[in-house]
Amino acid sequence: MESRRCLPKGRLFARGFEFVEMSNRKSKNNLLHGECLSQVQRILRERFCHQTPHSNLFGVQVQYRHLIELLKRTAIHGESNSVLIVGPRGSGKTMLINHALKELMEIEEVSENILQVYLNGLLQINDKIALKEITRQLHLENVVGDKVFGSFAENFSFLLEALKKGDRTSSCPVIFILDEFDLFAHHKNQTLLYNLFDISQSPQTPVAVIGLTCRLDILELLEKRVKSRFSHRQIHLMNSFGFPQYVKIFKEQLSLPVEFPDKLFAEKWNENVQSLSEDKSVRDVLLKHFNVSKDLRSLHMLSMVALNRVTASHPFLTAADLMEAAQLCSMDSKANVVHEFQKFVQRKAHSIYNFEKPVVMKAFEHLQQLELIKPVERTSVNSQREYQLMKLLLDNTQIMNSLQKYPNCPTDVRQWATSSLSWL
Amino acid sequence: MQWISWKPAAEKRTMASYNTRQKTRKTYSWVGRPLLDRKLSHQTYKEISVKIEGCSTQTHIQVGQFVLIEGEDDQNPYIAKLIELFEDDSKPCSRKCARVQWFIRFCEVAPCKQHFLGRKPDAQEIFWYDYPACDDNINIETVIGPVRVVALAPDEVIPMDLKNEKTFFVKLSWNGKKFRPLSPELFAEFDKLQGEGPKCQKPRTKNAESPSWCTAENVAKRIESRHSASIPCQIPTHPAIPTARKKLEFRSFSRTPDAKISQKTSCGSLDSPRKTKRKATFSETTSHSKRPQPDGIKTSSPALKALEKTGEVGLFCADDKESPECHMILRTRVSAVKTTWISETNLTPTRGGQRSSAVPYVDLKPEYIKKREAKEPEAQNEATSISHRVRRKSSLLTLNRIRQQLRFLENDKNDQEEKEFLPSAEDSDSSSEDEEVCAPARERRNPCRTSRNLWPFLVPSVQTPSKTPKKALKPRTPHRVTAKIRSRSLAAQEPASVLEEARLRLHVSAVPESLPCREQEFQDIYNFVESKLLDQTGGCMYISGVPGTGKTATVHEVIRCLQQAAQTSDVPPFQYIEVNGMKLTEPHQVYVQILEKLTGQKATANHAAALLAKQFCTRRSPQETTVLLVDELDLLWTHKQDVMYNLFDWPTHKEARLVVLTIANTMDLPERIMMSRVSSRLGLTRMSFQPYTHSQLQQILVSRLKHLKAFEDDAIQLVARKVAALSGDARRCLDICRRATEICEFSHQKQDSPGLVTVAHLMEAVDEMFSSSYITAIKNSSVLEQGFLRAILAEFHRSGLEEATFQQIYSQHVALCRMEGLPYPTMSETMAVCSRLGSCRLLLMEPSRNDLLLRVRLNVSRDDVLYALKEE
Repeated sequence: MESRRCLPKGRLFARGFEFVEMSNRKSKNNLLHGECLSQVQRILRERFCHQTPHSNLFGVQVQYRHLIELLKRTAIHGESNSVLIVGPRGSGKTMLINHALKELMEIEEVSENILQVYLNGLLQINDKIALKEITRQLHLENVVGDKVFGSFAENFSFLLEALKKGDRTSSCPVIFILDEFDLFAHHKNQTLLYNLFDISQSPQTPVAVIGLTCRLDILELLEKRVKSRFSHRQIHLMNSFGFPQYVKIFKEQLSLPVEFPDKLFAEKWNENVQSLSEDKSVRDVLLKHFNVSKDLRSLHMLSMVALNRVTASHPFLTAADLMEAAQLCSMDSKANVVHEFQKFVQRKAHSIYNFEKPVVMKAFEHLQQLELIKPVERTSVNSQREYQLMKLLLDNTQIMNSLQKYPNCPTDVRQWATSSLSWL
Repeated sequence: MQWISWKPAAEKRTMASYNTRQKTRKTYSWVGRPLLDRKLSHQTYKEISVKIEGCSTQTHIQVGQFVLIEGEDDQNPYIAKLIELFEDDSKPCSRKCARVQWFIRFCEVAPCKQHFLGRKPDAQEIFWYDYPACDDNINIETVIGPVRVVALAPDEVIPMDLKNEKTFFVKLSWNGKKFRPLSPELFAEFDKLQGEGPKCQKPRTKNAESPSWCTAENVAKRIESRHSASIPCQIPTHPAIPTARKKLEFRSFSRTPDAKISQKTSCGSLDSPRKTKRKATFSETTSHSKRPQPDGIKTSSPALKALEKTGEVGLFCADDKESPECHMILRTRVSAVKTTWISETNLTPTRGGQRSSAVPYVDLKPEYIKKREAKEPEAQNEATSISHRVRRKSSLLTLNRIRQQLRFLENDKNDQEEKEFLPSAEDSDSSSEDEEVCAPARERRNPCRTSRNLWPFLVPSVQTPSKTPKKALKPRTPHRVTAKIRSRSLAAQEPASVLEEARLRLHVSAVPESLPCREQEFQDIYNFVESKLLDQTGGCMYISGVPGTGKTATVHEVIRCLQQAAQTSDVPPFQYIEVNGMKLTEPHQVYVQILEKLTGQKATANHAAALLAKQFCTRRSPQETTVLLVDELDLLWTHKQDVMYNLFDWPTHKEARLVVLTIANTMDLPERIMMSRVSSRLGLTRMSFQPYTHSQLQQILVSRLKHLKAFEDDAIQLVARKVAALSGDARRCLDICRRATEICEFSHQKQDSPGLVTVAHLMEAVDEMFSSSYITAIKNSSVLEQGFLRAILAEFHRSGLEEATFQQIYSQHVALCRMEGLPYPTMSETMAVCSRLGSCRLLLMEPSRNDLLLRVRLNVSRDDVLYALKEE
């Protein structure tokens, strides 16, 4: 950008009349940038916030192939299967399955031949709701609507009957995707899981049961008869990449796609991203972030915060943006609050005679509200507030750190901190 | 799907009719004055006369008579009772129609349901077809002739003197789900008919005694009353339909005095001379039926002559002669009649031309079917007919139909509301399509009714406009709402390679021809059930075993074998019911399921329990044994244990004839969770399935992969040993092998020649399934996470406890970071790390509201953590 501005300036003196034109172009440029930038922000935010199956997969090719082969066999051969995709949060489980389903639906013969049922353990908190949802998604709800029969039991036997009717060769395969699979294991008797897995292991309608979970001990949650019916296929997503790959992912995630309307801008943006990824300070920021967590979602958050700083007057990301974003991300949430209330703690502790009682009590309540202190459990409600036992939910180091950040700290507070915390 | 199978039959019919069209023809004409219906839409008649061309005799058929109606099987024409005769002039050209009550032959009952009868039916036995959804409008031209039907009490033997071909006996009604004794109302009606039987049954040469014609209202009333009597579930005067009906059924298990009387009268009302005469004729005709008789009516067999002498000739006996004949003659008659009809309506009696062209017949057919379909607005019927329509993508018609239904509801029970019902756009349909339409409408006669409601979502919309308000009042008991996942448009691919074939066979769902390694258990269960069946007693058996040891599969196999044996009459027939504790939402639902599978009724849990107790604990007429399989028994545990108690108590009743097989995972379930009174009733017939040993697993695999060289022998042995050491679960074994074939296929993809599954492939599959993922998870976690785990270990080491608060670990963590030169981790970051580890259950932690004082434990052994961290 700098170079761009310099060039017209250099010419200004030579050709005066061009000045007007140039300034026009400049504002036009800004306007153009504005449009581009809003598009950039839209594209990148979509990429960061939604698990769109359009972005590339990183380092999970083997798992992906396993999954897609399995789904294809269900769709084409009518083979029932069950599989669990296990991986920590943000490791791309949903993205993997979305990718696989997208590819599956692109196969002509499959797309009309498959039914999908999405369930989420956070939404379908019990089997009753889950069943309703399944019937709805299988488009059977017109029959099982409240009018025909409403009771859970009837609904359930109806659905089982419906699934039982089919057979391998003639029925349309159903893909069940159970997000937050571990929560389904907490349903009463694990009825839903038992039946889904039982269908997958009996000559009925072909199904593929795909569970997504972040718990590594998921199999221990299953009852033994449920576990026996589960095929024990697990696909692990472990974020098994190193730092160089992490940087590469960072670069790819920030790059603009080829089909971006303004080619020139996209080229520049991508160049900028490329240089960013080679910048030392950026790499430091990334390394720190990488050390904290390999989670790609946290990387997205970091990029998102940095992206918000991009404006028309500041159209490209810089290293400083990233550093600031990183700082924001890794900020100690309590430290912010602590220094504001440090003085109150101090007053409560030592200078009680300086203030009136109500003021101290108010400060005390405020601390409690912020959960910086917490009453010890099992205290009787009747005891006076002045004599309640409290726990301090702060570490000494946190207090010290916040004191350092707080420039106008009263000296007596500082003294109190150094004297009383040193022996604590 | 059923209706497709009808198509050939329909084609055959048309073909046959073309060939022999010119042989005979009949003319149908009304007798007596028409009775105008209240709505004036069509005219009803009391009697119709049938004249056969070339024959001077006329046959009169009256309302209330039993008639034979031609079906696709000429040896066994359909039997029905005429309820109403009317002229349907809503068509462009008027035509003669009849409304009937169907009877069903045993052979027409779905084969899978035939065993519900529990005995061998007599050849002449037919069943009152109590299926309101059934289309009951027919074209009069399909009527072959009158027949005799006698009602008997359920346990009455068929009188020998009436055992001839053209007398049928009704003992039970069949509603598509179960056989029930005829209700007293029905008996009363039969009684009445038998009383005037001689008159009604007698086909007359002359219209000697015309029925006393009454005013229109009178007839309407009569029709109504007859109607109400003939369809018991729709009697408007009947109070509280569902419960009352059920009670009724149980009451009528034992013979009611009503039934007895009616029986007596029905027998007594037959005057003996005719009886004997009939017998003579029929014995003749039966003999005819043995050999083909090609020359039709012209044959002057002695029997025919004799009949002519007695004046009982006519259509009735002509039919007797004809029915054994080939298909064609019947066809001819019908087609001829149709031609007549056309010529009548067109007022251009160009008989030859009409007859020679095939078009009229084909064109008429759909209309006739349409009418049948449209006429009876029962919900189920609509569901089927509409469903097929939907399939044909004529949703317009569906809408039309529903509209008509609704209109129908407004017009009270008036059956003669014809005009509205005729979809006019249908006539232009091509003949092939029409035959398809023809099929579903006739589906009521199809033995297999499973696919009746392929598109059940249409049911609710059409169920409301049912015929009587009573029906609409009980929407919670849908007649047979079943659903099905829609079928795929493209057939599933068949396995192409050896590995794919192997995979198919190795799938747990693949049903093997035999169950190897469970011969002993099979024999024991078989003997147990068989002995109970032979002794006609009841009993309980408890089968236990860890999952995947073939308990359910063995029991299924036993039942399959017994069912085969029952077919060859080695063992008495029995009814098999299966319930699964896991497929119930609540233990008491087991009653509902058993009752539904036993009798087809729906009831609430409490009511079902009462009904079942009544059924099993009270003395009943002898009937077949019931074999009940209760899978996952432990799920039926309730606090009062009443469900288990009942299940084990019923077999102890002598009358119940109930064999209960229960399956559960734990061997000591009876001792552990059952009260002594429950476990005592369960008895000591126990069996436990041991986990498979490695040689058994190997045998299972080998038997499944028979003649299929996909695995190395060593590989099979390896997987058998691995699984036997772990659990002995056959499912695991099969799953591993299946996965191994995939791995093998994948690894050979490049070489393009899928070879054998080797030990290496299997090892990979085993590792994939059983290796703990904790270590890989730790290895792949971020630096800070690993540091936190180290801090935990250090803290544990310091305190000597297996638990630490977050604050303690944090201080350790900070110290560690300082030592390793990592940037200072803030509290929030560390907390995030901790919760991340907690969410994948590497750590066990308290809910995070405890903040700093949150207690943390390791969910992995320390050695594992150390091992994983050292690897770096």
